[in-house]
Amino acid sequence: MVTANTELGYNSKIEGDVIVSRADAVINWIRTNSMWPMPMGLACCAIELMAVGGARFDIARFGAEVMRFSPRQSDCMIVAGTVTYKMAPHVRRIYDQMAAPKWVIAMGACASSGGMYRSYATLQGVDRILPVDVYVSGCPPRPEALLDALMKLQAKIKREPSTGRLFSA
Amino acid sequence: MSADTTTALKAKFPQVTDRPSSDHPAVNVPVADLFAALQYLRDERAFDLLMDLTAVDWAEGVSPRFTIVYHLYSTSSASYVRVAANCANDAGPAVPSMVSLWPGANWHERECYDMFGIKFEGHPDLRRILMWDSYPYHPLRKEFPLAGIETPLSDPEITQETGTAAIAAPMAGGPFVAAPGEINMTEGEPRAKDESWADRRARPDQTELRQVKD
Ligand code: SF4
Repeated sequence: MVTANTELGYNSKIEGDVIVSRADAVINWIRTNSMWPMPMGLACCAIELMAVGGARFDIARFGAEVMRFSPRQSDCMIVAGTVTYKMAPHVRRIYDQMAAPKWVIAMGACASSGGMYRSYATLQGVDRILPVDVYVSGCPPRPEALLDALMKLQAKIKREPSTGRLFSA
Repeated sequence: MSADTTTALKAKFPQVTDRPSSDHPAVNVPVADLFAALQYLRDERAFDLLMDLTAVDWAEGVSPRFTIVYHLYSTSSASYVRVAANCANDAGPAVPSMVSLWPGANWHERECYDMFGIKFEGHPDLRRILMWDSYPYHPLRKEFPLAGIETPLSDPEITQETGTAAIAAPMAGGPFVAAPGEINMTEGEPRAKDESWADRRARPDQTELRQVKD
């Protein structure tokens, strides 16, 4: 509970129980440890994404275990799989429906660059329709690699101004 | 049993001919007899399962250009038969739909229509199944490049927002294919068949290629 602590202002002998910080640092600290993913599982990479959610790799250790299938409640879209041109407009629309601030992880070769699908049907990298924060290499990436990407994203968020993303597209 | 089937089919439909095949018995059937022949196979010869339905594009300028192929399986005699029919019209190929014989033909025919542009007359809902509805091409036709042709995305709002389209994929170095005749894939490594030249410009002659490499 927050109470007005008038003593803090003048008592130089006060010790403990008081933390002074920047608002940015506090907000970003809160955000990094509760990032609810939007599991955009579109192909085989989604299987590894499920493994990350399972007990062995346990994405809950990083506060990101609450996979939200509603874009309104999620913070971080994990694009796990091959994005076809038919699916691409829907991926973008779901991203648009997520509330700011929001982040994107492109998981695997397909989401990052189109992967081995150099063809008429496949979007050549999800960064052509979304702003991607972290790319993960691999086909599919190991679950550890996705956890690493999540930690990289957390490190990135900690460096950001906390209000910078509030009104971004 | 299966030699039986083709003989009986040929006796019933005199226009049916044998089709060269390295595995199962196969026949060529004129499109006019196609529905009746398949119905006969299903009802009289117990070919109750439509395993697959696809088409062949023999390339532009070849006539007949499109051949439609049915693979039938009999669950009682455990045997296959392959039925092929040449589509009469090379520009607007059409064959009768088999959905009334095998409901499972529905999606196969939609895929075949999507990829080859073959119309299935009498199909209850002949829409594209893989590409989006407004897509203008039939990608498995021989004249269609693997990389694709630039096409707007299906959603105009998203197209405007992202400023992107379905572009021709960069083919640098690919596609990687085994040379014709290299059946043994463990010994014959797939080679790059560089189509990046073909996408935008003609392939330069060999001296130019060598200069690029030096
Ligand atoms: S990167 Fe590999 S594993 Fe992931 S979706 Fe593409 S093909 Fe599947």
